[in-house]
Amino acid sequence: MKQFWAFVKKEWYHISRDYRTLLVLIGMPIVQILIFGYALSNEVKNTRIAILDFAGDSYSKELTDKIEASRYFETVTYLRSMNEIDRSLRSGEAKMVVVFPNNFTQQLVHQHESQLQLVTDGSNPNLSATLINYINAITRDFQTRVINEVSLPYTIHVQTRMMYNPQLLGAFTFVPGVIALVLMLICTMMTSVSIVKEKELGNMEILLVSPMHPLAVVFSKAVPYIGLSVGILSIILLLSVFLLGVPISGSIILLYVVSLIFIISALALGLLISTITNSQQVAMMISLMGLMLPTMMFSGFMFPIESMPIPLQWISNIVPAKWYFFSIQSIMIKGLGMEAILKEFLTLCGFAIFFLVLSVRNFKVRMA
Amino acid sequence: MSIQIENISKSFVGDRKVSALQNISFQVEPGKIFGLIGPDGAGKTTLFRILTTLILADEGQATVQKYDVIKDYQKIRRIVGYMPGKFSLYQDLSVLENLKFFATIFGTTIDENYNLIKDIYIQLEPFRDRKAGALSGGMKQKLALCCALVHRPEVLFLDEPTTGVDVVSRAEFWDMLKRLQTKGITILASTPYMDEASMCDEIALIQDGQILSINTPSGLISEFDSPLYGVSADDMYNVMNDLRDHTSVVSCNTFGAEHHVQLKPDIDPTVIRKDLEKSGHENVRVELITPTIEDCFMNLMQQ
Repeated sequence: MKQFWAFVKKEWYHISRDYRTLLVLIGMPIVQILIFGYALSNEVKNTRIAILDFAGDSYSKELTDKIEASRYFETVTYLRSMNEIDRSLRSGEAKMVVVFPNNFTQQLVHQHESQLQLVTDGSNPNLSATLINYINAITRDFQTRVINEVSLPYTIHVQTRMMYNPQLLGAFTFVPGVIALVLMLICTMMTSVSIVKEKELGNMEILLVSPMHPLAVVFSKAVPYIGLSVGILSIILLLSVFLLGVPISGSIILLYVVSLIFIISALALGLLISTITNSQQVAMMISLMGLMLPTMMFSGFMFPIESMPIPLQWISNIVPAKWYFFSIQSIMIKGLGMEAILKEFLTLCGFAIFFLVLSVRNFKVRMA
Repeated sequence: MSIQIENISKSFVGDRKVSALQNISFQVEPGKIFGLIGPDGAGKTTLFRILTTLILADEGQATVQKYDVIKDYQKIRRIVGYMPGKFSLYQDLSVLENLKFFATIFGTTIDENYNLIKDIYIQLEPFRDRKAGALSGGMKQKLALCCALVHRPEVLFLDEPTTGVDVVSRAEFWDMLKRLQTKGITILASTPYMDEASMCDEIALIQDGQILSINTPSGLISEFDSPLYGVSADDMYNVMNDLRDHTSVVSCNTFGAEHHVQLKPDIDPTVIRKDLEKSGHENVRVELITPTIEDCFMNLMQQ
């Protein structure tokens, strides 16, 4: 045991003396959280639109004001003719043009029906769809008010409520995503690289010719990284709670327990990588390409898994980050307890055991 | 026997099959310094790795302190000290931290075996807080030796401990090994430097995975079967060419300021001097000399 802790201490010297790597390890999640939180987001804000108002009557003006007043849109120009629509979209001056027909108010009042044309820039389909949804919502709101004035006998009021994330903040998805990504990266890449480094520099040669069991050598390397990962996890959580306003609705203890299981499975994966290669570059490439990409694509944090083709959905099942992402999302955002994430939790435990067994079996007590 | 090697063979399969060791056998008595002398690529490191249980031989058996290198590898790892040819300590740890670390993983402390490493450690003491990576070549080797010794091993394996170290430090290093020998440690050391061979109790000349000869340094020299002459003249380069073309000369190798020449049986060395003078060489000197280990090695290589 004394040997084990001597090794942990030595490993800690390596980590703490390599300032640059340490800075990257701690800086990366902070920068990611800040970038995702403030710069990158799929929320639509202040989109520039143009208005082409053939009616110019009271309701068209009122609706225009309503659209402008929302934080999603910003009117840049008022067009005069249909010909200008194309130019306006082409130049990128506006992302959408709202066209009011002649007699907008009149038709609405007398025929109880009027039309509104939305012309959008379809080169970005997601954005267009979102814009149309927003306009629809504003229009519906407006309509209700008008109807109320007229007061028709039968109406259905649709009331929507977004549970758990009423403001539809992107931070609610990416905070769990960044946590999964960063933990995967630190645990897997750093352990595999640091073990392979010992092989590459020849230190392993001496360590093997010592009474310490070679497995103890690699396991003791994992300990400081567990500590580091938990520390970084705490930093991310603090940032997201106090800076981005993402709450931790569920149990913090459960959050850490699940994270610990995920960390262990990621470490075991790093161990496994280190048993199959002898070069730091290869270890890094496997960790980056083989783990980073699947983690980003198949964890559900960037692309919803439900909308993937079935074969890809199967593949996503073998990505540990997917199960972890789902668990912490449930705990953090929905505030669910252990019973809700039991399946995910057990799957993560299974991954951890599987990778550990595989890497121990694969481990060589000699050089070749 | 402290180390016993029987018919060990090992080859590596790569682009083409390389036979690193072919049927090697020798033994080392307890408390002796055994030298493995041979050029780069002779198979010395492979043999060290087999004996330190790092790799498995294709054929043959080997024991260290009666423990089998395959079956009892864990026991061997407790009782040997190993210093690989490449500096393998932690460069970002200080001298003291390295030493403490290796003492701890071998389940001991620096104080416990301080008397063993004292002579060497005293020289390192002024740099105890310096990072190992910032030490000079000789200091690195001393630190590596300290780390290999800190658990008082019964057998010490030193793979080219003096390669890349200056002449003075090399001599010091061998003095240290001699002192360690008096404490009952068996030492197997390899070196490409022939002059270090005389420091060993017994040496094996190894080349291309084969042992050319095993003997004591003096025994090896006395085995040298024909007289050897040292030849020098003003124009050393042309003398060498003329000697190599001479019909009575078996071999001619350059050693420092003179050529070591072996003649065919029953040839009078004065004939050589006269022939060289006839070819226009001045200040020709031919005299009988005692062969060095290197001469023996060259001789065995050419056979």
